[in-house]
Amino acid sequence: MDLLDDRKRQVVTAGEARAVVCDRPSVAGSVTQRACSFCGSRVVLYPIADALHLVHGPVGCAAYTWDIRGAQSSGPQLHRLSFNTDIREEEVIFGGEKKLARALRELVAIHRPKGAFVYATCLTGVIGDDVEAVCRMATAELGIPVIPVQSEGFKGTKKDGYSAACRALDQLIGTGPTEGIGPHSVNILGDFNIAGEIWVIKGYLERMGVEVVATMTGDGRMDTIRKAHGARLNIVQCAGSMTSVAKLMKEKYGIPYVQVSFFGLEDCADALYQVAKHFGDPGMLRRTKDIVKAETEAVLPELARIRRDLEGKKAALYVGGAFKAFSLVKALRQIGMQVAMAGTQTGGPADYEHLKELCDADTILADDSNPLEMASWLALRDVDLFIGGVKERPVAFKLGIGFCDHNHERKIGLAGFEGCAAFAREVHATVTSPVWSLVPRRAGKALS
Amino acid sequence: MLDSTPSTVADRVALKINPAKTCQPVGAVYAALGVHGCLPHSHGSQGCCAYHRSHLTRHFKEPVMASTSSFTEGSSVFGGMANLTQAFSTIFEMYDPDIVAVHTTCLSEVIGDDIPTIISKAREEGRIPEGKVVVHCNTPSFVGSHVTGFSAMVKGFVKYLSESTGTPSTAINILPGWVEPSDMTEIKRLVAAFGLPMTMLPDTSSVLDAPATGEHAFFPKGGTTLPEIKAMGDARATLSLGTWASLDAATLLETTCGVPFQDLDLPIGLAATDRFIESLRGLAGVEVPAQIEDERGRLVDVISDMHQYLSGRKVAIYGDPDHVIALTEFCRDMDMLPVHVLTGSVGNAFETRIKDILADSVPDANVKAQGDLFLLHQWIKNEPVDLLLGTTYGKFIGRAEDIPLVRVGWPILDRVGHSYFPTVGYLGSLRLAVEIISAIQERQDRDAPDHAFELVL
Repeated sequence: MDLLDDRKRQVVTAGEARAVVCDRPSVAGSVTQRACSFCGSRVVLYPIADALHLVHGPVGCAAYTWDIRGAQSSGPQLHRLSFNTDIREEEVIFGGEKKLARALRELVAIHRPKGAFVYATCLTGVIGDDVEAVCRMATAELGIPVIPVQSEGFKGTKKDGYSAACRALDQLIGTGPTEGIGPHSVNILGDFNIAGEIWVIKGYLERMGVEVVATMTGDGRMDTIRKAHGARLNIVQCAGSMTSVAKLMKEKYGIPYVQVSFFGLEDCADALYQVAKHFGDPGMLRRTKDIVKAETEAVLPELARIRRDLEGKKAALYVGGAFKAFSLVKALRQIGMQVAMAGTQTGGPADYEHLKELCDADTILADDSNPLEMASWLALRDVDLFIGGVKERPVAFKLGIGFCDHNHERKIGLAGFEGCAAFAREVHATVTSPVWSLVPRRAGKALS
Repeated sequence: MLDSTPSTVADRVALKINPAKTCQPVGAVYAALGVHGCLPHSHGSQGCCAYHRSHLTRHFKEPVMASTSSFTEGSSVFGGMANLTQAFSTIFEMYDPDIVAVHTTCLSEVIGDDIPTIISKAREEGRIPEGKVVVHCNTPSFVGSHVTGFSAMVKGFVKYLSESTGTPSTAINILPGWVEPSDMTEIKRLVAAFGLPMTMLPDTSSVLDAPATGEHAFFPKGGTTLPEIKAMGDARATLSLGTWASLDAATLLETTCGVPFQDLDLPIGLAATDRFIESLRGLAGVEVPAQIEDERGRLVDVISDMHQYLSGRKVAIYGDPDHVIALTEFCRDMDMLPVHVLTGSVGNAFETRIKDILADSVPDANVKAQGDLFLLHQWIKNEPVDLLLGTTYGKFIGRAEDIPLVRVGWPILDRVGHSYFPTVGYLGSLRLAVEIISAIQERQDRDAPDHAFELVL
């Protein structure tokens, strides 16, 4: 297909010397799959289950982020309600600060939460509401932390929203007591407990003898985040969203961090070893080896069986951040699949260089792609599987291609060793579905 | 655990909890998708567009294409003219639609971008190729709701495109309102049964219920065509279905092109469908086809057969005003008791209309425009109901209070079928009635003690 000249620089094949041009705003007029800063902030902070999440802006920003992501909580479910100031014309003219202050009062009276996050939106940004000042006053008046999130949508992509969320978390960390936190203690950053994934990871760590202080933000709680600075190590998954918190905590509290991924056998084992090595405790290292061995052995036979069916089949993936792409390329290789196309919404230059090393020479790498391009590549490379999110799913199905959601709407936990098996099962089920033999384009091919 | 709603209703003036509406632009996107070869364009930050596409996809399980002006911090200061101008070049070079339907967002509205001026300037600069069409509507998200956004876009198409040539045609216009692709197909079938030539605007059938073909059609085969919209100005009448979603465009067709209109409810339920069919009969000047009389008879038959399960059942109805009005009347006619009726959209006329429908059967019903689902939940805690009738968002209340939910309206994020099986007309109403009866009977079976658990219901 013809790419706009401007777009061509954002697409390469992995074997080319040329770098992917990225980290740039989408061309106006694109059917971009990207979202905005507000979206980024909201997905990062919303799993904190005992906080109020108040969207200061028009109803849409609240409605579209109301419980769309299965970020599970083992306790309170307050995060699953939708709170909104529903800014109307009157406030656009006279300002929305009074309404925000009043909304906070009304909310606290009803729900008596541990704290509140107030999300600024395009609208309240452009009318000039001082969200920070209102939050400061509300904190004093209501006796709970009320934290502004400067997530005006026009400030950039999701990535910029992640930074705003991290700055909000930074205000909270360091405000709680750290007594009783042991030396082998960690925080888990960048896991949102989709389909209960953080419980799996926490399970491994606890078996290793590691104490988990705070989870950010999956199954998160205000009080544990407040004392997160008492932990001795930060484990950062989904590096794009949470590395900046880890960096801040390193500067402020001297807490080191490791960047890991819990997706894929290799990466998951590596993550646990990194943690064990950091603490340098021989007992812990031994336990970690045992866990990795036992968990790997538990899933390998199934992976081998699945691999026999999938060997040589082709996959394409389009995800938000690059770290997920790295893990997926490796996880797909583990089950015998080739990656024909890999794209991200917000990858950086170093990410794409790393992706080039990981992928085959003819893998198409694309930054900030759109459905038209992707549909053409999926057909051109005749792939068997597409991995993406809600907007990519129906495109795959229209083409008669298997699909796996690795985004908000996945219903099966894919993290950890057992997650590898779940991922393989899901990929196998969709790629070998008998339905593809009924779809015109692929009729008779899917079951071969 | 999910239930954190206290039963005491306290006044809230600054706060919405669990909204029963969303913002205008998504309605504009839905309407624009019902025009053939049309690319909806969101003039604002790219998050808006991503959210609208995602939400529509969750409801229809279909690809939804729309482009965005991708506002940055700079555009929020200097205006979005450069973005929209660039967008036209990108869109026509890359996607080549026949028509671009621009809608605004809160951001571009507050900045004050003048869309018509930007469009004409882009045309002068040759960014909009010859023969291509660009229309627009204003949909600030701090005004109205997704329903008024839909209405504004439909009106926008009429305003830009419909013309009166002075020679009236025999065709009629149908403004179907915000209904499903399945409903649009059903309305077309009913109109065709009277032998009436017609144009429906918008028409999302064969767009958002597209078959799997092994190919991805960026512009699916359905949708109202440009010549059809143009010719709407020559039609001899417009049937406007759903006051909130359709009346503005119908009114404009009358004032600018002299096409008279009839303001009807969505044809959901017996009485509303009767009125719709009566309008068609009047326009066609023929008897109601026997086939349609039979469909009506079957609906009446099922309602009377099952009356004992429907009679006196309390129901809470919520969602978009046009749907809620028709559903309330239908439930009343099935001898149910709509004790709580709520919409998130604005309009005192809504409350007046509902109170009018329920004047004899439930005079003290709770009725509210601009409500939210938190309030609905509180009402239900104080006066429980047997059934919830509305969008997916009611499932939290259903779970907390153990009340069955029959899904109808937009959005339905957790079930399929709505895009394929209609709710309008006698057949669609029959489907809905069956769903309601089944939900009640399922519950009766579930809750019956052994001795009262019966084989035959």
